[in-house]
Amino acid sequence: MTDPMMPLWEVFIRAKAGLAHRHVGSVHAADPEMALQAARDVYTRRGEGVSLWVVPSASITASDPADEADLFEPVTAKPYRHPTFYKVPKEVGDM
Amino acid sequence: MDDIAHPFDDATRLARFEARVAREDKVEPNDWMPDAYRRTLIRQISQHAHSEVVGMLPEGNWLTRAPTLKRKQILLAKVQDEAGHGLYLYAAAETLGISREELVEQLLTGAAKYSSIFNYPTLTWADVGAIGWLVDGAAIMNQIPLCRCSYGPYARAMIRICKEESFHQRQGFEIMLTLSRGTAEQQAMAQDALDRWWWPSLMMFGPHDSDSPHADQSTRWKIKRVSNDELRQRFIDATVPQSKYLGLRIPDAKLRFDKKTGHWRTGEIDWAEFRRVIAGDGPCNRERLADRQSAHDDGAWVRDAALAYAEKRRKQAA
Repeated sequence: MTDPMMPLWEVFIRAKAGLAHRHVGSVHAADPEMALQAARDVYTRRGEGVSLWVVPSASITASDPADEADLFEPVTAKPYRHPTFYKVPKEVGDM
Repeated sequence: MDDIAHPFDDATRLARFEARVAREDKVEPNDWMPDAYRRTLIRQISQHAHSEVVGMLPEGNWLTRAPTLKRKQILLAKVQDEAGHGLYLYAAAETLGISREELVEQLLTGAAKYSSIFNYPTLTWADVGAIGWLVDGAAIMNQIPLCRCSYGPYARAMIRICKEESFHQRQGFEIMLTLSRGTAEQQAMAQDALDRWWWPSLMMFGPHDSDSPHADQSTRWKIKRVSNDELRQRFIDATVPQSKYLGLRIPDAKLRFDKKTGHWRTGEIDWAEFRRVIAGDGPCNRERLADRQSAHDDGAWVRDAALAYAEKRRKQAA
């Protein structure tokens, strides 16, 4: 018989103070404290970080890959959002 | 946008998928993928995860009898790494829509395979050295190209694993070096371990390319990036000179250096033995699965208690 499902948690690590937490993987655990303990054992055996987050995977809302073109297309359609769109005369120097 | 024009056209989807893989885009969990791609990856990643987990057993055999406290600490860290590697890989397989519980069940019922190398026994301390040097060395050869696998979660897990694995190979070589520079008895022990682990290590790369049924499709989908025979040759070329440094003899009367190609050529692998061990009739198959089963059974009350406690706290909070 298959065992009852153990909840899934996503693990985020801050590599060092000053950097954002970054997703590194996931663990299964019954509650947040055990998830944190498991994340520490599985993902920080070699000094990978100074801070850990665990988030229930079910709490994450993700965009649909099928929407990629609609959601992110405007970025490429608006080149004037990038500084390289503008020509600064040489005489003006760095800007 | 093409999805709207051809919402159910799998041929179009497949063509777009293959074009995407061909230009080295990574595939992520929620992306459309062919069923065969998903199935192949679940099979390959879970086999790999099971191998890491079962791989703890032959080495665990020596944890209490490591010759020094230093060796014991190192071996503990290595075995803990194998558990971690199994967990990274299970997590990667789960992103394809199979649960951890199903994966564990497939291992315990024998529905899923693990690397046949772990069905050989660790008879002496030198075997721990030979495993690190040869088995982990062969594993690294296999795993480095997998860091560029087309499936993102698998590739990311492999990058972490490869970083950690190189300590495993070095610690094994160091054990072999210490023994081979030791007493006559220690040298004999190292030679005996090499004699027993050499051929099974070559088998780790799997059948010859001419006998690999799924190789073409896996290569096209960039799941497999280098062929079995090519990887095996790389391992042989890297390892033979190392054995010479150790002053140990590779147990192969036909081993010779081919000057024209610059490769070491070995005698033929005993494929009958390979098939026998995979089919379940190796020296330790039954013992390994029985050990996994009892570890799983002995841990059941812990999993049950943890879930019950979490449920109780949820109710109290409500």
